[in-house]
Amino acid sequence: MDAIMLQEKLVERLLCPRVRTARQKEKQYVGFATLPNQVHRKSVKKGFDFTLMVAGESGMGKSTLVNSLFLTDLYKDRKLLNAEGLILHHLRSPSCHHHLSAASPCDPPPSPSALLCRCCAERIHQTVEIIKHTVDIEEKGVKLKLTIVDTPGFGDAVNNNECWKPITDYIDQQFEQYFRDESGLNRKNIQDNRVHCCLYFIPPFGHGLRPVDVEFMKALHEKVNIIPLIAKADCLTPNEIKKLKDRIREEIDKFGIKVYQFPECDSDEDEEFKQLDKELKECTPFAVIGSNTVVEARGQRVRGRLYPWGIVEVENQSHCDFVKLRNMLIRSHMHDLKDVTCDVHYENYRAQCIQEMTSKLAQDNRVDSPVPILPLSTPDVETEKLIKMKDEELKRMQEMLNKMQQQMHDKDQ
Amino acid sequence: MITAAHANNPNPYIQGTDLFGYVGIEAVLDQMRRKTIKAGLEFNIMVVGQSGLGKSTLVNTLFKSKVSRKSCTPNYEEKISKTVKLHSVSHVIEEKGVKMKLTVIDTPGFGDQINNDNCWDPIVKHINEQYEKYLREEININRKRRIPDSRVHCCIYFLPATGHRLRPIDVEFMKRLGKIVSIVPVIAKADTLTIEERHEFKERIREDLTVNGIDVYPQREYDEDPEERVLNDRIRESLPFAVVGTDKEHQVNGNKVLGRKTKWGIIEVENVAHCEFANLRDLLIRSHLQDLKDVTHDVHYETYRVRRLNESNVDFSDLSRSARPLENGCADKCESDSHL
Repeated sequence: MDAIMLQEKLVERLLCPRVRTARQKEKQYVGFATLPNQVHRKSVKKGFDFTLMVAGESGMGKSTLVNSLFLTDLYKDRKLLNAEGLILHHLRSPSCHHHLSAASPCDPPPSPSALLCRCCAERIHQTVEIIKHTVDIEEKGVKLKLTIVDTPGFGDAVNNNECWKPITDYIDQQFEQYFRDESGLNRKNIQDNRVHCCLYFIPPFGHGLRPVDVEFMKALHEKVNIIPLIAKADCLTPNEIKKLKDRIREEIDKFGIKVYQFPECDSDEDEEFKQLDKELKECTPFAVIGSNTVVEARGQRVRGRLYPWGIVEVENQSHCDFVKLRNMLIRSHMHDLKDVTCDVHYENYRAQCIQEMTSKLAQDNRVDSPVPILPLSTPDVETEKLIKMKDEELKRMQEMLNKMQQQMHDKDQ
Repeated sequence: MITAAHANNPNPYIQGTDLFGYVGIEAVLDQMRRKTIKAGLEFNIMVVGQSGLGKSTLVNTLFKSKVSRKSCTPNYEEKISKTVKLHSVSHVIEEKGVKMKLTVIDTPGFGDQINNDNCWDPIVKHINEQYEKYLREEININRKRRIPDSRVHCCIYFLPATGHRLRPIDVEFMKRLGKIVSIVPVIAKADTLTIEERHEFKERIREDLTVNGIDVYPQREYDEDPEERVLNDRIRESLPFAVVGTDKEHQVNGNKVLGRKTKWGIIEVENVAHCEFANLRDLLIRSHLQDLKDVTHDVHYETYRVRRLNESNVDFSDLSRSARPLENGCADKCESDSHL
């Protein structure tokens, strides 16, 4: 009797109210309703990962927004990176062998006009780079490994033809990597580097989408979830924001761009949730303002921007859509974004890849095999050794992690 | 009794106090004023920048009248043109009896394409064409008393308020055009920058301008005297102006002011603490209008003229062959006096 009571208490603690009422109706239950919670506990232990890409011209406030969203300062050493990138560019230039001095950390990104070698005045061609920042965030025991993929240089040059090519190449590369890992022999620890979401920053200065915006989104809408944002929305009055959003939505329809659609809510969700969801959908594209500086407004300390004519509060829903974006991106749809990436974009890529492989092989007149031939050949001895080594390393690291977890557990107790 | 400057006299000018009575030299100012009022002014201004930066709104606000059609009005043809097309609109504005023929040259399509290589070529061509027109009129044997002046006196270049630095397209454009026309760069839609961001942005822009050897108006080398230098230095220190433009009025503290109303406050366009529109307007209209025209005529046009005349000596002699002397028989003058 005691054991059953204990079990009941445990289940009650874990179950959510809805199931509890159902349980109260019938005294006989099997107990698999606790499955979601078991999954939940396992995932919490394992931790989540999320890869977010930000794209847009420089000066749109991308880094500020990312810092505001995740309440971190991911871009502390950004400036150094740019200077190094600059030096790398320079070293590749054949005619000049002088070295530029690295910029100090407090400098903003080097000016495009400074990309002239000081001695030979040769213009260093600026291309779009892909820079990854990874940070581990933890909140209430849930770990998130967040990767931000930045695309400096996008849309900044005079001639921006195909400036999105490095970005599409990067995304395809990640898909290819995952494809190989998935088709490989050792599938225990696949690193998922696929880009789950791309925030595209549309400048507020224009009257809608510019040619470069349209081309970028058309090149990427079948590879990644695109969420268009109106950047620096504090230079627009409410009327202008509304007009711009309507224009952009119209043009997105007109050009057939498939941006990320919020999934329809289930019919059994409560009214409040449905209302929120509807509001969310009507608000796209979100007009955002980012800030990590704290100012004093209406007697409270809030994150915002201080102007002579007033204070813009980042988290005030009537000022901008930052809160909506954060809720959507992190609190409600993060998992859905990952699912769509896995189920739709990755599957599209995979199907395309396999089709190409089989058509190539058919051209080569090989014997048709009933099973589609995988792109990987059987690994040779070298690769096998490598795999074994890596496996052992991973095992060692796992043991270390377990030990550390145990130590922390002991400390807590 | 009125002798030339004495050797011992340190000041070559005879002071008013040395004169025995009121001569009336200063009355020439009145005469000039009357002539100006009768003849009117011509002012040609070109606005260059990407679409949506508020060029037409700014021009309308500057001249307090609807001289430009805004691209956000409902009837405007919205297609982004594939090449830069220049669009000239002229109006005559009158204030206190002084008439000004204002021509605004718009450049839709600048910097809007994916590939903006050489998007400045149509603009350079247009400016040179105006100089050519004026030159032809000037070289003419029978030339008009007042040559219609369609030369571009001022080019306002709109920089988007990114907060970082000059973009490659900005550098390319200003380098090329700084040599043929007076450029006044402004930071458009500056209500997205806080005051500190504004200062830092301006500093970086000024740095970039020096590094690239771009000379914007007012150019340092054309300061005529120390007084002007001081005045212009002050202007140069606060370039480029961060402007916000609007034509809507709102009530603030019981007054009607031009401003933009947002949920967090009203940005007053003519309030110097909010944005630098008033400084730009003073520069362009109230203090340096005549100077802009003079610099265009004395410097940019002269440069063009010298270059052209050196290139084509043949043209010059062609015109002189069909010569008919003027009625009063004066020789051809090099200096044109038909501008005000």
